[in-house]
Amino acid sequence: MTRVTDDIIIRAVARVIMPFIQIYALYVIMHGHHSPGGGFQGGVILGASFILYLITHGLEDAKKRMSELKAGLFSSFGLLIYSGIGLLCLIMGSNYLDYGRLSTLLKVIPAQARSLGILGVEIGVGIAVMAVMFSIFFDISTGGVVPEDEQELETGDE
Amino acid sequence: MRFLALIAVIITGIILIYGSVDMPDWGDPHSPASLHVSPRYIEKTMEETATPNMVTSVLADYRGYDTLGETTVIFTAGISCILILRERKRRKKRKINPKNPTNHV
Repeated sequence: MTRVTDDIIIRAVARVIMPFIQIYALYVIMHGHHSPGGGFQGGVILGASFILYLITHGLEDAKKRMSELKAGLFSSFGLLIYSGIGLLCLIMGSNYLDYGRLSTLLKVIPAQARSLGILGVEIGVGIAVMAVMFSIFFDISTGGVVPEDEQELETGDE
Repeated sequence: MRFLALIAVIITGIILIYGSVDMPDWGDPHSPASLHVSPRYIEKTMEETATPNMVTSVLADYRGYDTLGETTVIFTAGISCILILRERKRRKKRKINPKNPTNHV
């Protein structure tokens, strides 16, 4: 399932399509203010692009781009962005996740600060969802066995 | 025991159905949600959050806690998959076929 496919067409097409998927994912995240979309949807699309890479190029190559450790760190990091923005509001003297008070920090009117706060939160959600999607797919497709161990075993046996 | 569980499920179902009778009709303009919550969001969203998409402003601003919880749920799902499926330590001792290293079942 995670082995490199022999079909050059699949690999070439995936390589061409991936940047467009990622740009579209960033667009969906960033454009959530004006159109349907947002962190969850954009994060899933972004995660799908990494999953496509894993399917077409195999585990070894995919681990260079996005390892299971990085995915775990990114998922925590995304949640940290969300709760960090909430905590920042608390430090600035308003309620948790009440972005209006960030206006003094960002030097804009409160309404604009709320808009930017929403954007920051959506980015956090997007990162977390992307990393979790990749992490779950990684675990299920490998059955939880990380190839690093296998390589160690292989050299140990020789 | 199974019979008891069935009775508990039926009673809970009856209570839930009884409770749903009191709920306002779908799209009822006189329901509490339509009377003051929705108009507040519709009228003040642009003024307060400068976000044209009302869904986004409700999701991430007015109901920010809820979305934080949703993100935590997704994060928990990822962590659970790691905890259940990943077995890094135990496999170290196992010998595998060097000719076919990806065959791990």
